[in-house]
Amino acid sequence: MIGLLAVVLTVLFSSPDDKPSTVAQWSRELPANFVATAAKELNSTSDTAEYGPPYNHNSGGVQHFLFLHPQRWLGVSHPIDTAENYVIDPLKTVPGDPALRSAVAEYQAAPEKTKKEWGEAYAQPLEEYETAVEEKKTPPKTVALNATTGAVTVQASGAGPVPRMMAGLLALAKSGGLDGSLLTSNQFFQTDYTKPLLFMADGGLLGERAEAQHLLGEQWGMMNETGSYPGQAWLWLYALWYQVEPIKSSSNADIQVMIIMGLLSLAFICIPFLPGIRSLPRKIPIYKLIWKEHYRSQQSV
Amino acid sequence: MSVAPPPSGEGMPAHPDTWTVRVREAAVQALPPEKLLPDGQPTYVASWIYVFGVASIASLIVIIASGSILALKGPAWWHYTGVGHFFNSIHMWSVELFFFVMVVHLWGKFWMAAWRGGRARVWVTGAVTFLVAVPTALTGYVSQQNFDAQWISTQAKDGLNSVGVGAFFNVTNFGQMYSYHVLLLPVAVVVLVSAHVLLVRRHGVVPPFEIDSKKAALVSTARLDGSGSSTPGNSPASQPSTGAQS
Repeated sequence: MIGLLAVVLTVLFSSPDDKPSTVAQWSRELPANFVATAAKELNSTSDTAEYGPPYNHNSGGVQHFLFLHPQRWLGVSHPIDTAENYVIDPLKTVPGDPALRSAVAEYQAAPEKTKKEWGEAYAQPLEEYETAVEEKKTPPKTVALNATTGAVTVQASGAGPVPRMMAGLLALAKSGGLDGSLLTSNQFFQTDYTKPLLFMADGGLLGERAEAQHLLGEQWGMMNETGSYPGQAWLWLYALWYQVEPIKSSSNADIQVMIIMGLLSLAFICIPFLPGIRSLPRKIPIYKLIWKEHYRSQQSV
Repeated sequence: MSVAPPPSGEGMPAHPDTWTVRVREAAVQALPPEKLLPDGQPTYVASWIYVFGVASIASLIVIIASGSILALKGPAWWHYTGVGHFFNSIHMWSVELFFFVMVVHLWGKFWMAAWRGGRARVWVTGAVTFLVAVPTALTGYVSQQNFDAQWISTQAKDGLNSVGVGAFFNVTNFGQMYSYHVLLLPVAVVVLVSAHVLLVRRHGVVPPFEIDSKKAALVSTARLDGSGSSTPGNSPASQPSTGAQS
């Protein structure tokens, strides 16, 4: 019966399969957002750059609960240097562009303080542009988007070689070369998509698609699926806590919810041993419905 | 049930004390054949709620069968063939059915207080099965190699990272997640479900509340008389039987 039901549901509704986003797609559909994100990666101010363990030693995404700091304790197991991994190393693979190679060399040779100043000078107009677009206001003229070529021009004085590097990275991304470059490591065969996924998650494309498919946190996205399909409905209780204050606005929301669900899971396993809980079935006689036929036959006997 | 020793003869020990004999005797003592595969089931099992336990097992079989076909052809197959998409759909819907029937089964067992009569381990194995099934499903969702997998993995990583689990369980690592999904976690689920069902066979289906208290009184009386004892409602053979297989 179950097999038949699964086949009927399959024939009636099939299953969702929305194509994955690529870095190439992102750079073509949202070039300003791509460049803004890349600038933050170079400047180490993106969400991934500031995240902390397991990617790096910063603390922007590190959570704790009272004296429990498991994220810090388990340490950096998947190191990501956003400036090197997302910008410098991919640009070094671009052949036949001496101006770009010279820009990268100039950036690498500069002191840290100078790099920071260049990065901030370039990122500032882009942040203002992104904010204006998000708030549906007129974007500042310091960022120009060529609708035909998809090129992004940022008027930023004191940005050093950064504009040239970003233009090179955008071109590489549009060609599809950055997708491959981000998967490259010391091995030929690859199965770890952490780097390209975190890069895309730092940008706006995945979030934009998710919002359209009601998959955001505030849309109870954890339980949902693309289209009108059922998702992981069994995660309803896990999703619920994220909608409740003070967890909702807490910077430690994830660890708080995980601890609550961990304790509830333990209690669930231990129900036979919990006084009060284990007596509920006798006190609330739903069992009379379950064994209705049995009690009826007993009475007639 | 006692085990007859092998016939002794030349070169043949009467009752060898080997690990195979010990395991066999322990297994047969815990689960004699008439308990492992009983003739019938108690009459009180004639209630629709009991369908949901076997429905959970049936769903799991469909999940494993459809998943095996998907695994045979590799993780990309279902994206570019109609047949592959068909089996992926069966896999997805059987997972939805699995969780639905399992949750109904779980609620039914709670309201029956099915842990009574020494059956706490039955409840525990069932609860742990549910909790292990959740990451089994999650690893499947992040192994889909589509937008869904991209979104779910980049979101789920935060919860896992916050408790340090992300340091060794990386939802954005497709290779790792696929291995967990296709092998490690399904093996865990099957082992847990097997233990759960064997414990149900061993202890019998929990009787309704009234029979339980009457039998407890009978057993207490039997113990005072010095006769053999058994857990109330322990053996299906001790209940009026429908004669049908459960």
